[in-house]
Amino acid sequence: MSMAGSTTNGNGARPAGPLWLLAELTYRCPLHCVFCYNPLDYTAHGAEISTDDWLRVLREGRALGAIQLGFSGGEPLLRDDLEILVAEARALGFYSNLITSGVGLNETRIRAFKEAGLDHIQLSFQDSTRELNDFLSSTRTFELKLKVARLIKEHDYPMVLNVVLHRLNIDHIEEILEMAERLGAEYVELANTQYYGWGFLNRDRLLPTREQLLRADEVTRRFRERIGDRMRIFFVVPDYFEDRPKACMSGWGSVFLTVTPDGTALPCHAARMLPGLAFPSVRDTSLEAIWYESEGFNRYRGDAWMKEPCRTCPEKAKDFGGCRCQAFLLTGDPANADPVCDLSPQHHVVTDAVARARVTGAVTAPIIFRDDRNSRALAEKKAQAASTESSGV
Amino acid sequence: MATELPVRLDDVPRLSHRFRLQFEQAQAAWVLLYPEGMVKLSPSAGEIMKRIDGEANVDALIRDLEAAFPGGDLRQDVLDFIKVAHEHGWVDNKR
Repeated sequence: MSMAGSTTNGNGARPAGPLWLLAELTYRCPLHCVFCYNPLDYTAHGAEISTDDWLRVLREGRALGAIQLGFSGGEPLLRDDLEILVAEARALGFYSNLITSGVGLNETRIRAFKEAGLDHIQLSFQDSTRELNDFLSSTRTFELKLKVARLIKEHDYPMVLNVVLHRLNIDHIEEILEMAERLGAEYVELANTQYYGWGFLNRDRLLPTREQLLRADEVTRRFRERIGDRMRIFFVVPDYFEDRPKACMSGWGSVFLTVTPDGTALPCHAARMLPGLAFPSVRDTSLEAIWYESEGFNRYRGDAWMKEPCRTCPEKAKDFGGCRCQAFLLTGDPANADPVCDLSPQHHVVTDAVARARVTGAVTAPIIFRDDRNSRALAEKKAQAASTESSGV
Repeated sequence: MATELPVRLDDVPRLSHRFRLQFEQAQAAWVLLYPEGMVKLSPSAGEIMKRIDGEANVDALIRDLEAAFPGGDLRQDVLDFIKVAHEHGWVDNKR
């Protein structure tokens, strides 16, 4: 992707507008994927915002300069106003991407989306085999996904096949690539699990070994050589295996703006978990005010917030200290360096997790599926922990 | 895609269906849009790309550009850019 943004802040300069608007239309989802990045307590969030709210969000986002628009979720097809939103997005000049499990995409709707001006469909598979696809998503959806892939091609959309990789499916990478080729995908995104939300909860069951990863990388390289430009393959290396952090979101509040199902605006899809940060709602605040003025979007812009080792690091302009959410999840303080960085004094929490992954059979924790029942239980636990804390026990 | 052949004057390039081209006010530039990404074109690349309509051949594109920007020989610039555009898969040739 060549969407590098140029944000300067902390010196009084007004940052550039967002380029990416991610509309998480709903957290409802027919799938229950174990690596989902949605919040654990999604069932405790507020009601979904209305069609009119979304239309306003699209108009305001476009006016700020956003051009790429993702319809995501949960499963965005569960919103029956998606056709209306796609049409408005096209009229406004967005390039719109539907990010879907495929469940609910039939001939009638795909035709309507085409007429409304949808540009691209990203279809997820959990694996190249029916057994694992259906196990990981806790559904029977493999055959349906194959059907949807054919439908996408019949209607001449560019198709991105997205497969989230982890310990349980990474050894099938060659079969996954072959499946993508057979289905005629223009792009394949082999996205190693990002350890947030449900992915983090299940991390020790999902983290691959370094050997698995090296092999997958090698298979991908060979496949890429053979297939050339016919199918573009993106292999997203899991950052736990790196010694420098990712330039998360190309910088906080730099190019990316997410709106969640209940209308909360976030600088990234996981940011809501960060403590002590208030994120505004599009119900009562304009996107312009959210982007330029809100505390939530300004807190980690630029580099004034950084601590050591980031503050004096020559690479801080390159990776922005990594990911705030990961810093919080793994070190307890979002202003710390992302511990993926080997300059972080807490780097060992990452290397320890990777080392544990090597010990076969060491992991016995049960896999927890992303579903409403588990989410309610986790939300309750979180509420209890919060009340214990506030009562000073 | 990556074509090894030189660009010919009677080629009729067209925008690949993988890309959408539009003028983007916020960037003050022509941009190519594709799944989850964007290429920002230089002013001269934008002037060439916006004329590629699947009807005009390369010779006509050159003449049109030379009429719009008189005083220079743009032939080599246009041929070079169209070669690059082929290499990136932004355009293909209408048969």
